[in-house]
Amino acid sequence: MSLTPDDVKRIARLARIEIDDAQAQATQAQLNTIFDLIATMQAVDTASIAPMAHAQEVYQRLRDDVVTETDRHAAFQAVAPAVENGLYLVPKVIE
Amino acid sequence: MKRGHDNWETVIGLEVHTQLATRSKIFSGSSTAFGAAPNTQASAVDVALPGVLPVLNKKAVECAIRFGLAVDATLNRVNVFDRKNYFYPDLPKGYQISQLAKPIVEGGTLKIVVEGEERTIHLTRAHMEEDAGKSLHEDFHGMTGIDLNRAGTPLLEIVSEPEMRSSAEAVAYARALHTLVTWIGICDGNMQEGSFRVDANVSVRPVGQAEFGTRREIKNLNSFKFLQQAIDYEVRWQIGTLEDGGRIEQATVLFDPDTGETRMMRSKEDAHDYRYFPDPDLLPVKLDEDWIEAVRAGLPELPAAMQARFQADYGVSAYDAAVLTGSRALADFFEAAARACGQGKLAANWVMGELSAALNKAELDIAQSPVSATQLGTLIARIQDGTLSGKLAKQVFEGLWEGAGEVDAIIEARGLKQMSDSGELEKIVDDVLAANPKSVEEFRSGKEKAFNALVGQVMKASRGKANPAQVNELLKTKLQ
Repeated sequence: MSLTPDDVKRIARLARIEIDDAQAQATQAQLNTIFDLIATMQAVDTASIAPMAHAQEVYQRLRDDVVTETDRHAAFQAVAPAVENGLYLVPKVIE
Repeated sequence: MKRGHDNWETVIGLEVHTQLATRSKIFSGSSTAFGAAPNTQASAVDVALPGVLPVLNKKAVECAIRFGLAVDATLNRVNVFDRKNYFYPDLPKGYQISQLAKPIVEGGTLKIVVEGEERTIHLTRAHMEEDAGKSLHEDFHGMTGIDLNRAGTPLLEIVSEPEMRSSAEAVAYARALHTLVTWIGICDGNMQEGSFRVDANVSVRPVGQAEFGTRREIKNLNSFKFLQQAIDYEVRWQIGTLEDGGRIEQATVLFDPDTGETRMMRSKEDAHDYRYFPDPDLLPVKLDEDWIEAVRAGLPELPAAMQARFQADYGVSAYDAAVLTGSRALADFFEAAARACGQGKLAANWVMGELSAALNKAELDIAQSPVSATQLGTLIARIQDGTLSGKLAKQVFEGLWEGAGEVDAIIEARGLKQMSDSGELEKIVDDVLAANPKSVEEFRSGKEKAFNALVGQVMKASRGKANPAQVNELLKTKLQ
């Protein structure tokens, strides 16, 4: 499997990365070498091996349902570009 | 093409987001309390500062297990969190932590009753995920305000199979699910605050066609009324479009309660490509058998089981049993009242009649009832033992409602005891007969109505305290 220039542009758009045609072409070549690597790995027969969700066979630790956090919005908002009435302000989004 | 709604079949599947009743968020120690000032309950994890890691809330997992057990589903002993990637300002990480390939709950069933008929709806799955923050689109100088207090609130998204065939069935399913999640205590069910939000996938197909039509998804319905209205409008719109030769395109739509219409939010073309993958920050979640059994042991008697028991133990109808198990508080109230008086059917009538009407009028919940279950039980017992007539009992009920004291004290204080002394009643009857010779004559000449007038006079003279059956009998004897 290899990627087309359109695939690359779509992936870039999904990641909100702006690229021009020359960059798309260079990226396409790089991504395709990664796909070659995947193709090599896919040649291995894994039919009898259960898929793993994580590299190690350990499980999630759970925490008790207790409120431990305090209000730190002033500190967090000190570095925000725009704030009003405790809200973060962002460029208008309408869906 | 055959025209008309009878030639079309509606197909509905629901996705319900239930907010889990935890104190803290699913991956952080921030409070989930509703109504706090903006961003005061959003920690470093919730606002996605670099370097932070999620730590899973045990209670959220336990809520999901409770649900899985209550709907008799498969619990995946190992389940996995995935990242659902999209950009939106109220999603600070750029991805939502959810479960895709290995959700915690798969399968399960829920029974619904529509027009007296019981149906079983199958569930596809239920998975844990985090809620996003809130975007406020009121005008902030042409900008959007973001409140991240809700970001990271634990949700259980419950997905049904597309098995509902009308808006009435969809509403019955949503109501049954609402009853269940509040019953087992995993969700407060507050729809105004967004604790129970419904998305409806709706399509239509010609009757007899096997494959589904193209569906449109109605997002974020937060009342049962809107759910019904939105589906009804959407079905009419889809049938109209198809009958006019148009095509339905897969889309996400919003319901506008003001116009009663749905409108397109986004079409399939720009539908999101979420690029799910297992979240490397979270390990697979393991449910061990001891934990599952401990949760099972803590489950209350479920609504379906309780309905069957109410019918068997108290002789109430299937319909009454369903109404009485509309919430756990109502069911507990009924049962306490029924036990206090030993009269299941009468207790059911009073709870669903007088009490419900009074609560509705005062806009109170059963939990806020000024009349306790024990008081209602005692009141019913006084009807049963003949102390009170139904009419007098209503007066005592009013007294209880006003907080005038206990049942017997109210009967005593207001002189509401039904007259049981037949000598006293006989004297009243004699007086009434002597005072109404015209009615007596009319009755004797065959006018049945005149008898009722005499009964009314006796009841009036006794100030409502005479036993109507006794009055009838005495009058009949005297007039023969």
